[in-house]
Formats: sequence, C-alpha cells, structure tokens
Amino acid sequence: MAVIFARRVLCLFRGTAMNYWLTQLFNGFSYGALIFLLAMGLSLIFGVMQVINVTHGTYFLVGTYIGLSILTWTGNFYLAILGGGLVIALVGIFIERFFLRRLRGNDLGQVLITFGFVLLLQDAILLIWGPDPKLMGEPKSISFTAHIGSFTFPSYRLFVIVVAAAVAAGLWLFENKTKFGSAVRAAVDDVEMASGMGVNVPLVFTVVFGLGSFLAGLGGVLSGPWLGLQYGLDLEILPYAFVVVIVGGMGSLKGAILASLLVGLVDNFGKGFFPDLAYFTLFLPMAVILAVRPQGLFGRTL
Amino acid sequence: MDDRGLMLQVDDIHTYYGESYVLQGISLGVPSGTVMAVLGRNGMGKTTLIRSIIGFTKPRAGRIIFEGRDITPLRSHQIVSLGIALVPQGRRIFPSLTVRENLTLGEKPPGANGRGEAWNLDLVLDLFPRLKERLSNTGNKLSGGEQQMLAFARALMTNPRLLLLDEPTEGLAPLLVRALGDILLKLKERKLSILLVEQNLKFALQFSNHVHILNRGRVVHSSSPEALDKNHEVKARFLGV
Repeated sequence: MAVIFARRVLCLFRGTAMNYWLTQLFNGFSYGALIFLLAMGLSLIFGVMQVINVTHGTYFLVGTYIGLSILTWTGNFYLAILGGGLVIALVGIFIERFFLRRLRGNDLGQVLITFGFVLLLQDAILLIWGPDPKLMGEPKSISFTAHIGSFTFPSYRLFVIVVAAAVAAGLWLFENKTKFGSAVRAAVDDVEMASGMGVNVPLVFTVVFGLGSFLAGLGGVLSGPWLGLQYGLDLEILPYAFVVVIVGGMGSLKGAILASLLVGLVDNFGKGFFPDLAYFTLFLPMAVILAVRPQGLFGRTL
Repeated sequence: MDDRGLMLQVDDIHTYYGESYVLQGISLGVPSGTVMAVLGRNGMGKTTLIRSIIGFTKPRAGRIIFEGRDITPLRSHQIVSLGIALVPQGRRIFPSLTVRENLTLGEKPPGANGRGEAWNLDLVLDLFPRLKERLSNTGNKLSGGEQQMLAFARALMTNPRLLLLDEPTEGLAPLLVRALGDILLKLKERKLSILLVEQNLKFALQFSNHVHILNRGRVVHSSSPEALDKNHEVKARFLGV
C-alpha cells in the first residue's frame, strides 16, 4: 500500500506533473464551487432556523431534473438554471409554510418530516422521469476547452465557478447591505428579541427557506451536464453539504465558501491518491475540525 | 384607550413556564403618560409580566388590553407594531449587527395616536451622543453602559407609546444610573407611558407615579411611591429593605 502510494506520488513529479497539479487544483476548485451552491442554502437554513433539512440534497437533484425538462422544452440553458431554482424555491416555501412551521422547536419531528419528503420527492422522480440515468448537454456557448499555455480545462467548470462567485457576492450584499438582511442576521443572533423589535420572524423564515431552496435548485441544474442525472444521487451528495456546514460554521457565508473549497480540493486529491478511501478523506477534516473547533471555522459558540 | 384613560390594562393574567405557575392572576393598569413601577424580589414574576405583555410567553388565561385593543392573541412583532417597545433584561443587543443596524432594525414612524416630535436617528443620537462615535461598531464591541444606551435608543426608534423597561439599572455604575435617570425624566416630560420593572427601590421611587409590588406571582401592594417609601413593614416584608 505504502509502496504503491510512494510510486504514485513520485510519478507526479516527473514529466507533465505541473499540468497534472494544475488540472487537479482546478477540478477541486470548481467542484468546491458546485458544492458551495449546494451547501450554502443548507447552511443558511440551519443557521437561521435551526432546521436540519435532510431534503436539501433531493431539492438539488429534483432541480436538475426540472432543469433538464425546461432545457428540453425551450432549448435555453440559462432559462433552465433560473426555472429549476424557482420551482424548487416554491417547493421549499410550500413545505416550510405548511409542514415545518407547525413543527418549530421539535427537532426530531423536523428531521423526520424532511426525510419523509426525501422519499416522496424520490418517488416523484421515478414517476415523472423514470429510473434510468439521464444526460444533460452543456450549452454550446460555454462548451469548449480553454487553453492557458499548455494547461487546458473545460470552460463549463469555469462557468460554474463564475456563477458560484456571483451567488456568494449577491448573498453578501443581501445580508450586509439590505434591511431584510440585517433582520435575518438579527434573527440568527436572537430570534425572540428580533420579534420583540418588530421583525416578522415567520416571514423571515419563509424567505430564508425559499432562498436556500432556490440555491439548491440552481446548483442542481448546474450539476446536470457535470454529474449527470441519476436516482439516488441526492443522498450521495448530501453528506458533502453537511460536512461544509459543520466545517464552515452554521449560517456563515465566509465559512461556507472556505469549507466548500476545502471539501472540493480534499475530495479531488483524496480520490486521486487514495481512491479506496474516498469517504475517509472527506470526513477526516470534518472530524479534526469538530474536535478542535466544535462551532466550525466561522460559526459562533452554540 | 378606554374610558379610564388606561394605556395598558393587564386583566387577571395567568402565565406558566411549562408546569411552573409563575403569574397567578395579575391585574394592573398603566394610565396614559405615567411611569408605573413594578417592584419585587428576584423570581417573583417581574420579567414574566414583561414577557407576557410583549408576547414572548403567552398567558394561559386573562387578557392584555393596549389602547382599548386586546393584544393577548397577537404575535410579538404585531404587538410591537401597535406601539409597544421593550428594553429587555440583559440588553440583548444583536452582536452581529452594527450599532446603526441595531438602531434602524425596528425603525418606524409614530402611529396615528403618536404625539410630539417623532424620534429619528438624529434625535436619538443627540440623546445618546456616545453612540454616535460607535455607529459602525458591531454590537459585541460595546461596553455594558453603551449596550444599555443602545437598548434604550433602539426602542425609541420604534416611536412607541408604551415603553417596557426590564431592570434598566441592573449592572450599571452609579454615574450611568444617574444618566439613565435623566433620560427617563426627559421621556416622562414627553408624556411617554412607561412600565418600569426594577429591583432598585430608590430608582423606582424617584421616577414613578405609582408602584406595584409583586410577590410569588401576585400583586401584594399598590400605592404612590411616597406612601410605599413610608411603609416600612411592606418594604421589609416584600423587598427585604
């Protein structure tokens, strides 16, 4: 085992090693950007509402399927991204408004009902789109291979990075420069006192849940041409989102960005070096950070 | 307002924390434009009374009437929007909001029943000049005294007609207590109705028009501040002084 690993590492430093490292770095970084889109909504919902939304990964996957359908009907990829996000936002708002709101303060009840919706939505996928894996094409305008010197990379992944950066910037502006954003932060600080200052907390919760769901749906559509569409993918990807939330700190934008990139890179290099230990390399940093900083990198003490 | 000129009327409320029976039938009124003090030792239900009025902990029985309207079933943010503001025990400043954001979070114009000049950021900062230098600091960077000023200032920004003060002098240095007293006098001059919950007997006697004493969830004494000051038996029995 050790010998195989040593030989593998040695190989990397010969010949075209530089390009290998750059490519891996880029892949890890872009995968991190995709994970950020998945995890940020979960973190927001977790941080503001203390809801452990197990359905989040399924929102992501259903978003992908909806994006595929919109793409098939309209042929417009950008419309698919937006539509997938909006439909999932409506699904999320419906579930929050009529189910989660009744279970406020009941953690176990909330986990159970969000898990119930995983099963319901998975069945909906089987019913509407069928059990066979599907492929989704990249839009032609961004489907090419870019070159910088001898380094080549698929431009679609660059597009995902750009979208994730735009989302992060938009969220930062929303949180810090709008009145509604300060109400959201006040609710994270002290939900009771926020209502005592006149903040309509149920409305804040609904909007935050809708926004988090929107991000999941949008990220889902973007993942389509990259990860493909497959029944069960939602529960495969959900642990990544939870690792990001735990490592970065609940509700922290800065934490989610850094943790997503960390998870993307660790996962990418981990799979490269230790393909048999993929989950181990993913969960090791989480375990270490949990032991040293239980509130996450940028979370506050609970 | 009802025919007796009451801004707030608490009518036989019974409030529980889980199984613990805290307020066992409390009735009291705050006449418009007066400062009503509620005294009592720790754990006698003073904070629970405030929490019941603002809607944090709903009474299981009884009614709370504000300006003639039953607010008992309303949510806190609706109660606040009607014109009640809270300066809570422990200040509860939002640590991740700047001083400016803390101030503007609940900012609203006075309602139809408002009188006098409306509070706005400039006027509130004139009243608390210390906060002016701190506008872009976050709430967790303030001293205890500054936090208390901010708690007052952000409550005024909602242009309330009734102010609920929950132990505002707690943990403040004597100099700051005096400064707080000056501000209370200014608010009194503007005919703001105030419900003041205090442990500090001297402070409460100095600024109130009327006092109630709570003991084990019931009102056991009600009089003018002067009458209470002379009643050594009641003071010794219920306040331990």
